[in-house]
Amino acid sequence: MKKSSTPVQEPPATAASRRPTPPPAWQPRTAAAPLLPDTEPYRVLGTPAAAAADPALLLRLYGELVRGRRFNAQATALTKQGRLAVYPSSTGQEACEIAAAQVLREQDWLFPSYRDSLAAVARGLDPVEVLSLLRGDRHTGYDPYEHRVAPLSTPLATQLPHAVGLAHAARLKGDDVVALALVGDGGTSEGDFHEAMNFAAVWQAPVVFLVQNNGFAISVPLAKQTAAPSLAHKAVGYGMPGRLVDGNDVLAVHTVLGEAVERARRGGGPTLVEAVTYRMEAHTNADDATRYRDDSEVAAWRAHDPVRLLERELRERGVLDDEGAGKAAQAADEMAAGLRERMNADPVLDPMDLFAHVYAEQTSQLREQAEMLRAELDAAGEPR
Amino acid sequence: MTTAAVKPALKPATMAQALQRALRDAMADDPSVHVLGEDVGTLGGVFRITDGLAAEFGDDRCTDTPLAEAGILGTAVGMAMYGLRPVVEMQFDAFAYPSFEQLISHVAKMRNRTRGAMPLPITVRVPYGGGIGGVEHHSDSSEAYYMATPGLHVVTPATVDDAYGLLRAAIASDDPVVFLEPKRLYWSKASWSPDAPSAVEPIGRAVVRRPGSSATLITYGPSVPVCLEAAEAARAEGWDLEVVDLRSLVPFDDETVAESVRRTGRAVVVHESNGFGGPGGEIAARVTERCFHHLEAPVLRVAGFDIPYPPPMLEKHHLPGVDRVLDAVARLQWEADS
Ligand SMILES: Cc1ncc(C[n+]2csc(CCOP(=O)(O)OP(=O)(O)O)c2C)c(N)n1
Repeated sequence: MKKSSTPVQEPPATAASRRPTPPPAWQPRTAAAPLLPDTEPYRVLGTPAAAAADPALLLRLYGELVRGRRFNAQATALTKQGRLAVYPSSTGQEACEIAAAQVLREQDWLFPSYRDSLAAVARGLDPVEVLSLLRGDRHTGYDPYEHRVAPLSTPLATQLPHAVGLAHAARLKGDDVVALALVGDGGTSEGDFHEAMNFAAVWQAPVVFLVQNNGFAISVPLAKQTAAPSLAHKAVGYGMPGRLVDGNDVLAVHTVLGEAVERARRGGGPTLVEAVTYRMEAHTNADDATRYRDDSEVAAWRAHDPVRLLERELRERGVLDDEGAGKAAQAADEMAAGLRERMNADPVLDPMDLFAHVYAEQTSQLREQAEMLRAELDAAGEPR
Repeated sequence: MTTAAVKPALKPATMAQALQRALRDAMADDPSVHVLGEDVGTLGGVFRITDGLAAEFGDDRCTDTPLAEAGILGTAVGMAMYGLRPVVEMQFDAFAYPSFEQLISHVAKMRNRTRGAMPLPITVRVPYGGGIGGVEHHSDSSEAYYMATPGLHVVTPATVDDAYGLLRAAIASDDPVVFLEPKRLYWSKASWSPDAPSAVEPIGRAVVRRPGSSATLITYGPSVPVCLEAAEAARAEGWDLEVVDLRSLVPFDDETVAESVRRTGRAVVVHESNGFGGPGGEIAARVTERCFHHLEAPVLRVAGFDIPYPPPMLEKHHLPGVDRVLDAVARLQWEADS
């Protein structure tokens, strides 16, 4: 990044000169001065601009959306059957989840929050491994290096500085890597969000922040979360572009995220993207959403469903017919059936795993404690 | 109105209900009491401890804050500076950590820094501990961090009665109190009447939950029911165990604990928090310092393992249960004195 070229004048060391000197004319510090975000979210589907989109891309996104919706439904069902301890569903937010996974290249990194199981799955991870956290057998069921997906982060917004640090490190090493970090509207209130944004802008780190503004942080509506005109506006104060996008328009999200990733890749620094969407289900299966929102609000959003929006576009353009839709549904059903079957098997857990991976090398105290548990298990006749 | 002669009916109540009632009564009695936190208003808190407070007292008295623990506690400091009595809810143990800067550098120290001019009567309510099948970051026993910070009171109830009484006392205290709520006891029940709530006891007194003569189990919060169950089971082995419920970790009731251990001559400290650097070390040291000549065996500790809290499917192997307590009791050198 270029430093501001205002010459620094050494003040003469007299008492009179300690009067504050007037500031230099304000200059944006980044090359591309960020403009205030539009207050209308960017949309493509249903507008003439959609006609320019590549039908192959649209069909791929459609297939992913249908699968994503099915994944959410299946995970929710598994919770009802007691196969998952809890499931924070991204039903209604699939366009964001899918687009986030789709815009990344092999070498890029995804930093998901606890609600973003689907994005991790869409990035290529084994869904059973991703659901491990929510089933309750592992904190992280997958190897983060396998597909460059950081662990799902439950403490809100804490993953954002990690994304910045990783992107920064990659740039220092001269690697072509972009990090995309997901966070909810509520998470933008945490200090870590602000600190991450600031570091990213100061370091011009190749990172993209995607805020899924789904209207609520558990029961708390956005109006109690922020007084900003939009969450995208928050970018401006840190010196980075803020983009506002219709989060249920998968093509719009894909376009905006794609541009942001490309900008980061070219050395243009970070971008904050706010996707306006809606959490169709309760916060989790443990939550009672009727306590804080009306069904009529949910119904209104149902009419703006991300899967249906794309399907309508595709059908109107003649890119999708009943047969194509049927095929996508069938592929999704097969995925769900496989997931169901694998999740219906009880995971085989070794209690001694408690002591694994606490340190690179076990302490003598942990060895003692492990022996104690081993003796207990032997006494109880549990197989080794 | 009931007449004085009519005793209010005792009905089964949960710890959660008693806590809710304590908040409600504190707010009704003192207009300077304000509740703030994530989801405490419309939703009534994820555990429903603040249920109905916003409806009864308005959003300014029970406020859904932005989602930022450091901000919640930091603004509570300012509110307390201006004469209010904030009661802050942290949604879960591990989500209180962003607020530690405010807690440790300001909440705990303000009275001392200002030579008594600026006390901070803040109550920080924290649901804590495991045993509810919570995923990562929902089951921490974080009491040792609080205990290690001079300037904070650290209180934790184990019964429905104490939940009410101790929370009232915490809110009435002119010092900051970290009020740890054992979340797996939220739904525990006892006969209790909201119309004749238990006396508000001063903070800092332990209580003998079960008298006994063979050995003392020193415990608190979620481990109290475990110890009571262990004491029942121990009868079969011929041990008559006393169970001391600390109720308050800071201040620590040396007197009640030492009196019990001097009488029984043996002690086991039981808690869910990890053992290394955990509360048990401090407690064992204090007991040893005061009761050395009465002890028939070293003070033992039964604690959670020294590991990050495990995934729910493995937590039963981590949590100290009745068997581990009895094993420890068996190691109290009984042969030596026969
Ligand atoms: C630091 C922290 N504080 C509190 C919580 C508890 N919590 C879990 S989800 C949630 C609401 C999150 O809202 P938002 O960021 O909008 O994401 P969404 O749930 O809508 O995806 C809260 C308060 C947490 N996980 N981490």
